[in-house]
Amino acid sequence: MKLQARLTQATRIVFALLFMMAVSMSSLSAITITAQEETIKVGILHSLSGTMSISEVTVKDSTLMAIEEINAKGGVLGKKLEPIIEDGASNWDIFNEKAKKLLLQDKVAVVFGCWTSASRKAVKSTFEDNNGLLFYPVQYEGLEQSPNIFYTGATTNQQIVPAVEYLIKEGKKKVFLLGSDYVFPRTSNTIIKEQLKALGGETVGEEYVPLGGTEFSTILAKIREAKPDVIFNTLNGDSNVAFFKQFTDAGYTAESLPTLSVSIAEEEVASIGVEYLEGHLVAWNYYQTVDTPENTTFVAAFKAKYGENRVTSDPMEAGYFGVYLWAAAVEKAGSVEVDAVKAAAGGITFAAPEGTVTIDGDNQHTYKTVRIGIVREDGLIDTVWATEAPVKPDPYLCTYEWAAALPKPEGGCK
Amino acid sequence: MESLALQIFNGLSTGSILLLAALGLAFSFGLMKVINMAHGEFIMIGAYVTYFFQAFLAVPLRGAQGPKEGLVFLLSIGAAFLITGLVGFLLEMTLIRRLYGRPLDTLLATWGVGLILQQLARSYDSRNLPVTSPKWLVGAWMATPDLALPYKRLFIIALAVICVVLIYLFLYRTRNGRRIRAAMQGREMASCLGVATRRVDALTFALGAGLAGVAGSALTLIGQIGPQLGTTYIVDAFMVVVLGGVGSLPGTILASVLIGVFNSFLEMSTTATLGKVLVFVLIIAFLQWKPQGLVALRTRS
Amino acid sequence: MPENRSVQRWIIRWIPLLVILFGATVILPTILSSFEINLLGRFLTYAIVAMGMDLLWGYAGMLSLGQGLFFGIGAYCFGMYLNLEAVGPKMPEFMGLYGVTELPWLWQPFRSPVFAIIAAVVVPMIIAAVIGFMVFRSRVQGVYFSIITQALTAIIALLVVGQQQLINGTNGITEMKTIFGHSLAEDGTKRALYIVSALTLAGVFILCRWLVESRFGRLLISIRDDENRLRFVGYNPTLLKMIVFSISAGIAGLAGILVVPQVGIISPKQLDIAASIEIVIWVAVGGRGTLVGAILGAMLVNIGRSQISTANPEIWQLIMGALFIGVVVLFPNGIIGAFKGLFTTIRARLSPRTSGSSIPVVQSVNQA
Repeated sequence: MKLQARLTQATRIVFALLFMMAVSMSSLSAITITAQEETIKVGILHSLSGTMSISEVTVKDSTLMAIEEINAKGGVLGKKLEPIIEDGASNWDIFNEKAKKLLLQDKVAVVFGCWTSASRKAVKSTFEDNNGLLFYPVQYEGLEQSPNIFYTGATTNQQIVPAVEYLIKEGKKKVFLLGSDYVFPRTSNTIIKEQLKALGGETVGEEYVPLGGTEFSTILAKIREAKPDVIFNTLNGDSNVAFFKQFTDAGYTAESLPTLSVSIAEEEVASIGVEYLEGHLVAWNYYQTVDTPENTTFVAAFKAKYGENRVTSDPMEAGYFGVYLWAAAVEKAGSVEVDAVKAAAGGITFAAPEGTVTIDGDNQHTYKTVRIGIVREDGLIDTVWATEAPVKPDPYLCTYEWAAALPKPEGGCK
Repeated sequence: MESLALQIFNGLSTGSILLLAALGLAFSFGLMKVINMAHGEFIMIGAYVTYFFQAFLAVPLRGAQGPKEGLVFLLSIGAAFLITGLVGFLLEMTLIRRLYGRPLDTLLATWGVGLILQQLARSYDSRNLPVTSPKWLVGAWMATPDLALPYKRLFIIALAVICVVLIYLFLYRTRNGRRIRAAMQGREMASCLGVATRRVDALTFALGAGLAGVAGSALTLIGQIGPQLGTTYIVDAFMVVVLGGVGSLPGTILASVLIGVFNSFLEMSTTATLGKVLVFVLIIAFLQWKPQGLVALRTRS
Repeated sequence: MPENRSVQRWIIRWIPLLVILFGATVILPTILSSFEINLLGRFLTYAIVAMGMDLLWGYAGMLSLGQGLFFGIGAYCFGMYLNLEAVGPKMPEFMGLYGVTELPWLWQPFRSPVFAIIAAVVVPMIIAAVIGFMVFRSRVQGVYFSIITQALTAIIALLVVGQQQLINGTNGITEMKTIFGHSLAEDGTKRALYIVSALTLAGVFILCRWLVESRFGRLLISIRDDENRLRFVGYNPTLLKMIVFSISAGIAGLAGILVVPQVGIISPKQLDIAASIEIVIWVAVGGRGTLVGAILGAMLVNIGRSQISTANPEIWQLIMGALFIGVVVLFPNGIIGAFKGLFTTIRARLSPRTSGSSIPVVQSVNQA
């Protein structure tokens, strides 16, 4: 046998061995029993790889921090929380698979996780069929109310609806709707169009780019023709970077044509580039600059744990206080049993970084303060307008007259 | 009138971006029949080089704010070409070399390379990285009061033209260029005449990779810099090369401009999604009619 | 004794299959948890797709990057039925979000399970036949076929994502509760679906085996090895290629039917190019042109993923990348090929008289 052939053979064997070792080691590590004392298992389900990992890893970090804080104070019902972290890999099917694993195999008491609506919808049936419990930390398009999900992010009347009211109040009546082509922008824009009609505004354009799309020259041409007062931006992820760069190049500034975005938080500002976003508006419930004692502690703790250069954002904050709300509900119920926790959850209050949050027992959403913010020079966001008190969640917009004409799933409003 | 002019300009601009993304493929795929699925990741590397240049080199040199900012950006384009080219060269030496004559295998292996490069970028920082554009590229040239042509787009069009011109000069005016042409047109014969075909292969592949790097560097002007950057362009780039006619540089140029203009007009009259779909359908329909593409060099055996 | 020999051959050929099938359908369900069975059942459907891919690529040398598309279409067809079964006389929930007030005509026939099942297999077959006719007629071969199927996958994925009102865009179809009246969450249903998947896999395996061993199979290999010669001796490769492409698409669609009730969701993620390329790697890891390899590869890669991605999600991407490279450079014939090679070496060592060149390991695949 020639030397080279032998070498190739050797590489082959080494390669095969490595692969087998990797597989067997990981299966071993899965089997190894780590729990010494009795713990309560809780799941964390976020994309740790793939496109969505950019955003979701940060929520995983703040959720873990809350779990550690609770454990440091003695845990829940006298037991420590044991987080089991699963990767949804930015793939809805894998979210579904991992949700099943957490509920059926690990038998976790609760899962904190998901970011996109698609991933939430993908696991919804799984949680309902197996009577699991999911705490969902991100703003979303509303029109949903699963008995097995608690929503700690904003629903439409805690973000989009007040944002449009704010724009009209500021005299920005001609609105151009721009979004990525998927469910959240489409549903939100349906609501916004109806609301604008009722409030005397006008929709001068509505455009969608494919998810991840980066070419905006034609859409900018359409914007130029429509001459709007403001752009309501529901673009998602990478598209935002391309849009704001090309928007600035087309000669627009925050003064000449402001935009209001609902998917850009502190984390995204940093990666888009502050120079493109300075002066533009955003709508959320929480900013790193929010002035509450709880937030000061939260930001300090987060930076101490994950590094000085990290920022905190709305979904991270919602992921953080979600753990506390659940823990309080468990203490009140005296059990981690899903039905007991659900029954105890209504009215549970927590002093979160954004201010007081309360679980609405009727729809399992959260009372939240709404804030319109403006991106400032250092990439953080200042509040320019806020509601005086936390807003009651209304996922089906039943209390708004103009929303009566909106399409709604059956059984939404009682 | 203005809007028509703007649409044509936008089409040219989209076309020039496509051309930059596809030029490298015209080399690796067109000349060498290597289906380089890692081409998108080469583009990504180019963008990252530009970022590193700015983050770690420009700022210490006071270039980001100072008068050298434009120079640093131009330098980073050159660096992106060289570094990505080097990565391509190494890839050719270690992997692609073993796979000549097995185009489907190159597809699989380079897809694997792409996955690894993507994951490496993600492990470095999973977020999109910010790159500041030079000040002289910010803003737009007002051709008429209603027709704003962004400087960056003009720059990218110019860059694409420069690349094409340089490629022509290289292929037709230099010794190495002649070797490449010789080896690609008749490997056996070239080899008999004393051309070191192996070295030429490595050179060609590295050149293709380097061009991807230039594309990536230019793309930092208008889009995001992140691990996903390459995936956005890879399918489009392949369609450009196939439509243009594999192995034909004029075809690649024509195809990118046509796709750009069609895309721009179809999108204007429909939606972004539908516009893209229609362009794809048109391409496939055209290939039905003329399987060799726009500019046929030789028949497909 | 020819009779004796044929019996012997029959035993050698089919007994292992029966034993494996018995183990898989009777023994495994009793030792594994219902979650594991559910997971395994899903992987079995991947193995079915992989087998179709092997038929197309391993035997006929056509690397389709659109198998994920056919798999997805099959899954969408049956998913629509399951969704309708869950909502009963009402409309799928997502339609309410977009203000659709009447069930679209496209959905109407999917109230019937029989129609849904037939459509799941036939629609991919028709699409493949039409594409195949167009593409092969213009004598598009090799890599061009790959690129065209890849572009096609990209277009359809884009279209599906854009169709919010009709099929819920990116979110895909969820909200599936029961199959023929049995709750999908119940252990018994999961086990039953697993067993059906295993039996279907066995059936598809026998079908493919029969196909490749028949005259048809030899024609396929000759397409792979020298299509022009086949044309010169009077065969019509266009038709043959169309047929095999269509069969493999049908197999993928069939797998789609089985995967949907076990997963409970079908989304455009499944129509992604990456998903289609992954199917290729299953076949390549196991060993192309062997059928058994396709099953082995699909199972191993997916088990590996579900294990490793839990322990270390970042590593999995790197392993996946290394697999693609490794399989092409080091193991062109996959696991099966490596074992055959090892077997040959050992036998050659043991009996020095016979030179070990008589083992027909698929070598020519590389020239595809």
